[in-house]
Amino acid sequence: MKLRTMNRHMREGFKNIFRNGWMTVASIGAVTTTLILVAAFLALVLNLNQIAVNVEEDVQISTLIDATLGEEEITALGEEIEQLGGVESVVFSSRDEQLNQLVQSMGEEGQAWQLFEQDNPLTHAYIVTAAEPDQTAGLASQIAELQGVQQVNYGQQVVEQLFQFNQYARIIGLALIIGLVFTAIFLISNTIKITIMARSREIGIMKLVGATNGFIRWPFFVEGLLLGVLGSIIPIAALLTGYYYLDTAVSEQISYTFIELLPFSPFAWLLSLLILAIGAFIGVWGSVMSVRKFLKV
Amino acid sequence: MIFMKDIYKTYANGVTALNGIDADIKQGEFVYIVGPSGAGKSTFIKLIYREVKPTKGTIVINDMNLEKLKERNIPMLRRNIGVVYQDFKLLPKLSVYENIAFALEVIEESPKNIRKRVMEVLDLVGLKNKARFIPDELSGGEQQRVSIARAIVNHPKIVIADEPTGNLDPDTSWEIMKTFEEVNASGTTIIMATHSKEIVNTIKKRVIAIEGGLIIRDEHRGDYGYEA
Repeated sequence: MKLRTMNRHMREGFKNIFRNGWMTVASIGAVTTTLILVAAFLALVLNLNQIAVNVEEDVQISTLIDATLGEEEITALGEEIEQLGGVESVVFSSRDEQLNQLVQSMGEEGQAWQLFEQDNPLTHAYIVTAAEPDQTAGLASQIAELQGVQQVNYGQQVVEQLFQFNQYARIIGLALIIGLVFTAIFLISNTIKITIMARSREIGIMKLVGATNGFIRWPFFVEGLLLGVLGSIIPIAALLTGYYYLDTAVSEQISYTFIELLPFSPFAWLLSLLILAIGAFIGVWGSVMSVRKFLKV
Repeated sequence: MIFMKDIYKTYANGVTALNGIDADIKQGEFVYIVGPSGAGKSTFIKLIYREVKPTKGTIVINDMNLEKLKERNIPMLRRNIGVVYQDFKLLPKLSVYENIAFALEVIEESPKNIRKRVMEVLDLVGLKNKARFIPDELSGGEQQRVSIARAIVNHPKIVIADEPTGNLDPDTSWEIMKTFEEVNASGTTIIMATHSKEIVNTIKKRVIAIEGGLIIRDEHRGDYGYEA
């Protein structure tokens, strides 16, 4: 296509944005509403995903050592564990350290456990991490069979439930996002269709003087692109401010838990780009779809 | 130039418009299509620029076999055919100049050539001094001349006119006919559907009469043949 023709299409596309007045506002409104919801869902789903990954990576097998074992036997057991396949690290944790951790993790209620400092009921332990998170269960059962191991724990149920929940959240979130995007495409194509009715005469004449379908479609493509981009301004602004607030204010309050938000930069910026791309896609598709019918003259 | 063989057309609603038509029109001819309303005149005309596709039969226009013409090549066919309507079909918001330039813009003509060519055709139809007017500011005859200018601006080989004088008073009609004769004199084929007995009987040309979906008469320098 000639540059001059491209210029013409751009000009026509921009002109239509203004010419259609309230219809343009309605279309942009539809994109804006959709994108705000999509942004919120995406931020939520992606963070849940990240939490799952973090938890997955943090899964450790705490191997409780039989209290009757002597120091040398304990060292020997540690070496034995290290020689198992798929072990990333083996760290010894004495019974006093175990108690300390317990007291700290329980907060105020942990105070009660301090009473046990004189007579610690816990045993020494090896904290084992698997090289691949999904091998944790297999590794744990191997360790359990070793001599001198009293018990292995890796928080099976909590982890499985979290994965399960995360799986559902992902599917539901994705379904909602797809649903929203299609609703917006439908809304836009309808609003643009109304404006095209008024222009169907113009399109008919263009076809009669030998305009190709591509030539007729281009200004609508530009118009749709503009609608999508304009519609994504408010959602992106809301996303950036909202996530900034969440990142600074909320992160502090949850910093002691295993939950960790994705950092504002680059996450919020990348998500903004994605929102812009979705907006452009919605606009272009909605617009181009609505011209199709009128091209059959 | 325009060749039709055994053309049948039945619309989706069951109405049969053409019932086996043969026609052969040479380059540079001026042909009137006459006949009562609903006889198939409009269908005949629309077949030529492929607004209507025949149910059966062969059509060849400018060496293009329309049977084999692909959807995306229809624009190429139409660039060689100018169409003039009874209701002008001008864009009301564009000036006379823009309405004509429009036909050249869509075929990606250069701005320099567009300006030159639009002024040429405006001169030909005698509206050079009204280039900046919008259609509503013109009389019916003037609007029709704008639409003729638009039809001929890209040098088509064929100009098709569907009742071009249908909305005009007699005096204006004669002016429009003069314009068509000038266009025809430059070698452009003209196919004109009309109900005007005076025009057909005065400006003698080839006459094709269609009735009941059939060509019942095809005469050179023929008469209108119906009581008006």
